Amino acid sequence: MLHVAYLMPLLPLAGFAVLLLVGRRMGDPWAGWLATASVTGAFVVACVVFAGLLGRPAGPDREFTQILFTWIPVGALQVKAALLIDPLSMTMALFVTGVSALIHLYSIGYMKDDKDYPKFFLYLNLFVASMLVLVLANNLLFTFVGWEGVGVCSYWLIAFWFERDSAATAGKKAFIYNRIGDAGFLVAMFLIFDKTGTLDYRGVFAHLGAFGPGAATAVCLLLLLAAAGKSAQIPLFPWLADAMEGPTPVSALIHAATMVTAGVYLLCRMSPMLALSPDARIVIASLGAVTAFVAATIACAQQDIKKVLAYSTISQLGYMFLAVGTGAYEAAIFLMVAHAFFKGLLFLGSGSVIHGLDGEQNLKRMGNLRRYLPLTFVTFTIAWLAIAGIPPLSGFWAKGDILDNAFARFPALWAIGLVTAALTAYYMSRLGALAFYGGDRWEEALSGKGGNGGATGHAHSPHESPVVMLVPLVVLAFLAFFGGALALPWHPSFDPLGWLAPVFGSALYNAHLTGSTEWVLGVVDSVVALGGLGVAMRLWVRNPERPELEPVFLAKSWRIDDLYDAAIGRPGASLARFTAVVIDDQVIDGAVRGIARLTGATGAGLRRIQTGFVRQYALWIVVGVVGLLAFMLTRAWP
Amino acid sequence: MTPTFPYLTTLVLLPAGAGIVAALVPRSLGERTQRLAVEAVGLAGTLATLALAIAIIIGFHAGDGGYTMVSRHSWVPTLGISWHLGVDGISVFLVLMAAVLFPLALLGARIRHNQRSFVAWVLLLEAGCMGSFVALDLVVFFLFFELTLVPVYFIIAGWGHERRNYAAMKFFVYTFAASAFMLVAIVAVAVIHQQQTGVLTFDLVKLSHTHLSLTAQVLLFLGFTAAFAVKAPIFPFHTWSPDAYAQSPTTGSVVLAAVMAKLGTYGIIRFDLTLFPRAVVDLAPVLLTLGVVGILYGAIVACAQRDLKRLVAYSSLAHLGFIVLGTFALTTEAMTGGVLQMVNHGLVTAALFLLIGWIYSRRGTWQITGLHGLQRPAPILAGVFTVVMLASIGLPGLNGFVGEFLVLAGTFITHRWWAIVATVGVVLSALYLLWAFQQVFHGKATEADASTPDLTWREGLVVAPLVALIVFLGVYPKPVLDRITPSVERLVAHVDRATGTTQPVPGPSHRLAVDPAVKHRSAAVAATATAMNGQSTASSSQATGSNGHAAVVSSSTTGAGFRRFP
Repeated sequence: MLHVAYLMPLLPLAGFAVLLLVGRRMGDPWAGWLATASVTGAFVVACVVFAGLLGRPAGPDREFTQILFTWIPVGALQVKAALLIDPLSMTMALFVTGVSALIHLYSIGYMKDDKDYPKFFLYLNLFVASMLVLVLANNLLFTFVGWEGVGVCSYWLIAFWFERDSAATAGKKAFIYNRIGDAGFLVAMFLIFDKTGTLDYRGVFAHLGAFGPGAATAVCLLLLLAAAGKSAQIPLFPWLADAMEGPTPVSALIHAATMVTAGVYLLCRMSPMLALSPDARIVIASLGAVTAFVAATIACAQQDIKKVLAYSTISQLGYMFLAVGTGAYEAAIFLMVAHAFFKGLLFLGSGSVIHGLDGEQNLKRMGNLRRYLPLTFVTFTIAWLAIAGIPPLSGFWAKGDILDNAFARFPALWAIGLVTAALTAYYMSRLGALAFYGGDRWEEALSGKGGNGGATGHAHSPHESPVVMLVPLVVLAFLAFFGGALALPWHPSFDPLGWLAPVFGSALYNAHLTGSTEWVLGVVDSVVALGGLGVAMRLWVRNPERPELEPVFLAKSWRIDDLYDAAIGRPGASLARFTAVVIDDQVIDGAVRGIARLTGATGAGLRRIQTGFVRQYALWIVVGVVGLLAFMLTRAWP
Repeated sequence: MTPTFPYLTTLVLLPAGAGIVAALVPRSLGERTQRLAVEAVGLAGTLATLALAIAIIIGFHAGDGGYTMVSRHSWVPTLGISWHLGVDGISVFLVLMAAVLFPLALLGARIRHNQRSFVAWVLLLEAGCMGSFVALDLVVFFLFFELTLVPVYFIIAGWGHERRNYAAMKFFVYTFAASAFMLVAIVAVAVIHQQQTGVLTFDLVKLSHTHLSLTAQVLLFLGFTAAFAVKAPIFPFHTWSPDAYAQSPTTGSVVLAAVMAKLGTYGIIRFDLTLFPRAVVDLAPVLLTLGVVGILYGAIVACAQRDLKRLVAYSSLAHLGFIVLGTFALTTEAMTGGVLQMVNHGLVTAALFLLIGWIYSRRGTWQITGLHGLQRPAPILAGVFTVVMLASIGLPGLNGFVGEFLVLAGTFITHRWWAIVATVGVVLSALYLLWAFQQVFHGKATEADASTPDLTWREGLVVAPLVALIVFLGVYPKPVLDRITPSVERLVAHVDRATGTTQPVPGPSHRLAVDPAVKHRSAAVAATATAMNGQSTASSSQATGSNGHAAVVSSSTTGAGFRRFP
């Protein structure tokens, strides 16, 4: 059953190819249905492979390599396009294909009537194929193919409404920030290849002895740079907020559920490497905790519903990095899956709101929507409570797992994580309060023109979305609610998180807390979450205008863009201009022109000597002879 | 193994003959008929050459990486000049690339006046390029190498843009002056060889056995490299290229940047590495540094360009830096990547110049600020431009990545910090290309831009083969790499033998001990290496004493030990 694995990336890729050729002729909605079908097919294949894997005994048997073809064979570098099917990659493949299929379905409704409807699904299908290559590849270089593939799809989809300058700029920004991380990925690969002579995960892990502590730390930090780019961590996070310029299904799929978790996946995949470097792990954990906190504070002060969710995503990814640094890889994957459910749902719900309000994204111009969008409200609330960490929803369990492990290993980081948890409950409830409670503040949005190319309709009160958009909401709400059950030890043969353990082996850290400590921590988490929720509801339901709680410093995301612009952007532009104008044109080309002019001048000068008058030549001969004689005389009489 | 049919001689003579035919098309036919006839001759000549190149690649067997399809005839016996042609895995793909690009360069641009001489010059240029790629006699190579200058001069000066005369003159004088150094060096090599053996010959294979002192090697290497560095161009000898590329008609830009640049980089691999291996090893850090500086410098200056053609010229400089890096890292991986990158750069640059030419023919400008929002009126043009741009940026799955990765990974093995700094160039290339793309294709189209027509069928057919090759070489480069690698391995082994160094093998040292065969080889190599190292260090220090090449000596031997991380 495992040998059908290649169909997972192939089906969406085939969908892409068909849409590339005849997408424009298929048009709305058939292009969308084709894309959805291809991704659903990939999901079915993933289920089949998953079942096949479960049918094997736990341990090394649950690992299967499928070689597709030889990609780059030169000298010692032998890279194959090959898939590695193991519990980690299949966990990723399952939730990636599942969530993708739902979001494709949703997009059929959301993108209706867009000018470039087929092109949207073309990019989306290519994205899913790339994402599957990323998670299924059996070597670093093939992973990098998927890594860059999702990056470029993200670029295209952020800049999808390219006639808007802000969208085009945001797409470019995302690509460049990711590119900085990619440089880290590349150098890490060079170093690994140099040390081990291979890039296959299994081969690298078999030669870990080749790494001294310095080299191991270098590789881990380079991979961290790559992961920080893709997963929007400090210092490479500013692109993700701007990425919200893309259509909302893109934000849900790429910038919440799947692509941005690739960094976490990469670090999990390289866990045996991370095990070699405790220093790098401390850096990863600290970076994660700090990012989680900083992003959460920014989320508290945003006006745009999608920006709140974007910073929330950065913050949640920070939790995952904290877990990776702690060594709690299972917990990181657990939150990743749960986050895909509830954050995907939050984005789709916000898309439904934006759709209902003809493109309005400003929270201050919403309000009381629970009366007009009942189903959106119910599903959104489930996700909201889940991310806030209210028991017994999935977020409570997933976040709790991470915090418990951090408590045992890095108490200081646990404290940061706990404060962040309170902030998470606060900013999500602020969003919920502003959007769904309070008075109706959306008249302006509906009377004016909606600025959003994806949304249409001219109803005079907010309208609920069509069925294709509501079905994914309901399914994801179910998953976001019960996702915590993944952590339950159902049965020795089906232990959804425990089955990952063999992948991480000895690298895995599992805090063995006493039962009473766990209970206390669980209660603390719940109290903190309820506290944040209560405070936000008290503050924001009645009065949406509280500038004192939205300081500019936070609204402008700690002024990070200004800082980068002043420190890198403007000096860089000046350097480029200086190099082009002064160094290239005046110095280098100046030297070339100078030599040419010198040659010309010499020629012109020498030409004047050649007058054609014999007596003048004779004079020069005499001068020469006299000079020569004088020279010889000086040599003879020292 | 000599094939019965003289493939390579035909490869050179066919376009030259077609050029003569084109030049002879009588004016009496009337303007329209004459134009059609000339175009037909041009197309037939270049397509026949392409067919021949395809036949060569089909008949080509990598074997041990040596020269095949050799034709060797005495030409000027008194001077020891022979008509010696041959291809190996390094040159065969350059031949094929050139054969693919010439018909596209002719088809992709419309010339408005005097088609007859234009087509004749282009065909003659093709003959010169082909001859340079297959010549194995130094004089024959030099003749073809210089022969290419004349057509390019006339193409730029005759059909170029406003500052065409300045650009053509600058190009001609600059490259011609540099070639003079090579001519002197060629004669010197032959004379030294004659002094040693009593045989006057310019045959590359025979000359490769000449014993040259390190000083002689360094001086002669500099002579050859002067010509190649200007031709490629390598930083800081590049300033003729933005002018020449920008002022050329599209066909000229395509051929100059895509094909002729490779004469320089190919020349370094073919002649410098074969004839002067010790100078190559000693001067490698200098050339590697020039390569890396070129990568960063080209990218930084490209960021400040406001003209699409000049932007591509500087981006080209950056990409050629990768080829230089691949050549002088002296590992199989890097050099194979460098050779592949020559082909990649040719395909990508050709496509870029064709696309820019089509933008110019629609809008009459290639100022980046003068164009806006072209993606809405011309989506296919924008799509093709995107693919080519991404290949240039080095996106995996497209051809540029394979070459760049091989170069960098291979360079890292011997020269770690050069590779790391060069990787920064990967970031920078995204910066200027995406910026230019956004300015030209994104945003709301102005009134003038909104009526820009999309690609025509003809243009689509011209660019389609390039896009197909860009994707194919990115997804499945194996057939190409399998043919390049043996020749590169042979060349690297030649350099190793001559200098007594060994190519470091990546991987943990115990891996070598596992395989008995490998162990044997490595032990033997290590022994000779130690023996030779003493020798070469001694002779290097001699050279230092006599010549003052102090900076040159330091890296003459690269042991595997020093580059390990703690």
